[in-house]
Amino acid sequence: MTKKNRKGFLNWLKTYEGQKFVVSVLFLLVPLALLILFTFVPAVNMVGYSFQKRDQFGVNPEFVGFDNYKTIFQDPDYFITFKNSLYYLAGSFVQQALALLLASILCSKIRAKGLFKGILFFPYLMNGVAVSIIFQRFFLKGQAGLSPQGTLNSILELFGAEPRLWLDPEKPMLANFCLVFVSLWRYIGFDIIMYIGAIQSIPTDLYEASDLDGANPWQRFRYIVFPSIKPIISLQLILAVKGAISVFEIPYIITAGNYGTSTFVIKTIETAFSKKQVGLASAMAVVLLIITIIVTLVQKFFFRDGQEERIKREKKSGRGVRY
Amino acid sequence: MTDAAKTQVKKPLYLGSKILAALKYLFLIICCLVVLIPIAVVLIGSLKGTKELANTTVFTLPETPVFENYKTAMFAKDIILSFRNTAVIIVISCLGSIITGTMTAFVVQRFKTYFTGFVKGAFLLATLLPNISMQVTVFQIVNKLGIYNTMLAPIILYVGTDIVSIYIFMQFLSQIPVSLDESGIIDGASYPRIYFSIILPNLKPAIATVLIIKFVSIYNDFYTPQLYMQDDDLVVVSTVLYRLMNATTIQWEVVFAGIIICIIPTLIIFLSLQKYIYSGLVSGAVKE
Repeated sequence: MTKKNRKGFLNWLKTYEGQKFVVSVLFLLVPLALLILFTFVPAVNMVGYSFQKRDQFGVNPEFVGFDNYKTIFQDPDYFITFKNSLYYLAGSFVQQALALLLASILCSKIRAKGLFKGILFFPYLMNGVAVSIIFQRFFLKGQAGLSPQGTLNSILELFGAEPRLWLDPEKPMLANFCLVFVSLWRYIGFDIIMYIGAIQSIPTDLYEASDLDGANPWQRFRYIVFPSIKPIISLQLILAVKGAISVFEIPYIITAGNYGTSTFVIKTIETAFSKKQVGLASAMAVVLLIITIIVTLVQKFFFRDGQEERIKREKKSGRGVRY
Repeated sequence: MTDAAKTQVKKPLYLGSKILAALKYLFLIICCLVVLIPIAVVLIGSLKGTKELANTTVFTLPETPVFENYKTAMFAKDIILSFRNTAVIIVISCLGSIITGTMTAFVVQRFKTYFTGFVKGAFLLATLLPNISMQVTVFQIVNKLGIYNTMLAPIILYVGTDIVSIYIFMQFLSQIPVSLDESGIIDGASYPRIYFSIILPNLKPAIATVLIIKFVSIYNDFYTPQLYMQDDDLVVVSTVLYRLMNATTIQWEVVFAGIIICIIPTLIIFLSLQKYIYSGLVSGAVKE
């Protein structure tokens, strides 16, 4: 580079165009490096490994084509996790309905609104390990002299019912229902807050008009609230698919995935880190990725309009954007 | 309409609405009990001695509250250490996230070039990747970098894969008028200067939101520390509870005390920042 050119370059750097270039490079250097290193490289590796028989250290990986994918869908030990996610999917439908009901109650004229809202929301902030231990004790069946009945059995005893084993290795369905309940207990507060936000963004003149027409609460819900927040409800239900397949923490800590309560992600982690079959685990992660992509595409495709409308409305009302 | 007319319209519904109101409260109270009872039982248990815990029902209040369990949990069972580690990780990750997040958002949101468009796309694409199962291959990279079993591993992951914060910063930035930047340019400020004196101060509410979200998610995260910090002296709040629960001899009353200690910071933060937490967490739901 000649001296003149260099001077020109330095001068260019001082212009706003030049600054834009320098600032872009400097500011994005670290974030982009981290993004590539911890997100894209692992993602590419994941796809590559998924076609290999591979151990933890990647010694002598062997190309096996689609064998890993076949295992996931044919081995009942792995396939059962899809079945288990259906419990959580069903549970999240119940959760949405309950959250909507609670949100509409909390939006009506009642006392101590903040207190109720706070109590119902708090579990969402609680440490997952703490929640899981609390519920392991909740479902406990007591042993004389060793431990008292768990909370649920104690409550049932108050009503004269026999205590029973809830997290029963013999009854995977019951155990799964219990875990779904814990998940509902923990996450419903978030949905309630979200629905409250949605309901409050409905213009109040609609309510006033319905009051004048003498609408009862159900009619008001059916004809004003429900249509206005329908896009959010559908969105939540679609996202529930993603949530149901990604369940991890609660069953991992409470039952360690035993008693037929393993989930897809628990199985993935177990395959990778206990059985050290990184190839198979990568294939599972790819399957999860594909499911996530499908859900997101569906969501983008069906809810683009609704979402944009809502964002506009929220901008108008000066609140943050939800999605 | 006059007030008198209003009451007349409502009158036929009066009895019905009273029953409805009673049902509402009943339902709310039942739901709140469902939330509170499991926690209350743990609180009661944490105040009992070993024998008393085994021989009384979960609802029996302790004869004389024992605070010994809290002492044991704090000092004998590493809870203080875990709080220290958690605090270090949270502070450094939050700082890192705010610096990298605001810088990324600033460049991507303000300089609309092909390159920044591409970067934005890359970050949005990353939101698709399922977090936990990605660890299958992330683990190998962390291992190769030689940061396995150090606090650096979770810190770098919390900063490096924190797309939610970037997204929140971009949303907030899009609401800060560009004319502010332009007025800076007219005064002769350079872009770094604009970032530090105009953008950062204006992003304060977004930074608060991100801080809340990061605190809650890191404080409650179990899997990252469980996977990357196996050493005994690298416990964080989540893992210390998990280890207490999976120890060979479990003293449940001490575990209960540990749970209560671990909930207290969350409770304090929730009570003092309630309003911001509601709006903050909801706006952070981008990635969920």
